[in-house]
Amino acid sequence: MSETLLPTPSHTVGPFYGYALPFPEGEQVAPKGHPDTIALHGYVLDGEGNPVPDAILEFWQAGPDGSLKGAPGSLRRDPVTGGFLGRNGIDFTGFGRVATDADGHYALYTLPPGNAGLPYISVCVFARGLLHHLYTRAYLTDGADPLLDALSADRRATLVAAEEQNRTYRFDIRLQGEGETVFLEFQ
Amino acid sequence: MALTQSDIDVEVNDLQTAYDKARAAGAPAQNHPPRDYAPYRSSVLRHPKQPLVAVNGGDPETIELSGPVFGPTDITDTDNDLTIQHQGEPLGERITVSGRLLDRDGRPVRGQLVEIWQANASGRYAHLRDQHPAPLDPNFTGVGRTLTDDEGRYAFTTIKPGAYPWRNHTNAWRPAHIHFSLFGTAFTQRLVTQMYFPNDPLFRYDPILRSVTDESARDRLVATYNHDLSQPEFSLGYEWDIVLDGPSATWIEEGR
Ligand SMILES: [Fe+3]
Repeated sequence: MSETLLPTPSHTVGPFYGYALPFPEGEQVAPKGHPDTIALHGYVLDGEGNPVPDAILEFWQAGPDGSLKGAPGSLRRDPVTGGFLGRNGIDFTGFGRVATDADGHYALYTLPPGNAGLPYISVCVFARGLLHHLYTRAYLTDGADPLLDALSADRRATLVAAEEQNRTYRFDIRLQGEGETVFLEFQ
Repeated sequence: MALTQSDIDVEVNDLQTAYDKARAAGAPAQNHPPRDYAPYRSSVLRHPKQPLVAVNGGDPETIELSGPVFGPTDITDTDNDLTIQHQGEPLGERITVSGRLLDRDGRPVRGQLVEIWQANASGRYAHLRDQHPAPLDPNFTGVGRTLTDDEGRYAFTTIKPGAYPWRNHTNAWRPAHIHFSLFGTAFTQRLVTQMYFPNDPLFRYDPILRSVTDESARDRLVATYNHDLSQPEFSLGYEWDIVLDGPSATWIEEGR
């Protein structure tokens, strides 16, 4: 297919998105109190292993039924006060947005993705210092997968979240250096 | 020793010369900035050193070919007018910024979320960590949201942001800009960027703008003043179309 227009270049999210992009319950993708809720959490680290406290992560995934339709209502607003109402607790929007805390830590609460093949959550990383966002994937189990199978063992390991206790998965993102996370480009 | 503007200028110009030479020798144009751009000091420890791993976007099971959706519940009536979010009027030059959100085939991206944030007229963000000693404006927060219409059009009413200093090097100043966050029909089309205003004298000194080494790509970050969009006795009109990169599932559907 012919591409006729040239794209608008990317720019860094900068340091001051904090009062604009995060929204209450951005990390609560699972309906409140849903018994199948899993937690995906970890640290974002720079090339010296230091935490990145000003990163913001976005997550996109299939619903538990495998649906990729998503739903509106991630940022559900109150038309009277202009504030945030929080999600409606029914619709699974498939979208999460979480800023890292002062320790570079994030946590996402969601339902297990029901996509075909190995279940994974797509992750998009923005940060001060990052002129163009980065994509990666948090696979919840290891196994046969065209992307994983093409990687060396140590690189592959960076994409597979480690299952901890209580439906909790650990997924660190290393932007540079030893154990650097595999980042993706889509063609 | 703190870096001066002329230290940064040397680095920026070296990278510009290297890019221009490569282009003259037939290298493809770079539409986006490199993630590793040393004159922007924060990039040094925050870019991957391994090459990105290619994912075949032709596989319809690729989750990233679909993406989040938003709707009327995600915005409120005052979200696209940053001048009416408080009791009083904000200070500064009132402007309207509008344009279309398109994919690379020129098709409108409909009903998608556009988010903006910006400094106030004096160059100060309503953010605790912004230490620039310029006045805060109690009547301006600087955050807006809207959904694109059926033609992919968006529009905001706001005030023109001021330039502001930052600590990349001594006497570093950002040209006036509005931050934009955009969603396409696919997660692969996600874009966060910044819109600039025409003829800003700070362009040449700013390593963030100059990180886009392709001159025509840089020009695509600058809005156009459009007198027809100015509203009599009210605001000055700027026009800025945004084109999203990256594959989407519609490419496959339409016979890839
Ligand atoms: Fe800024």
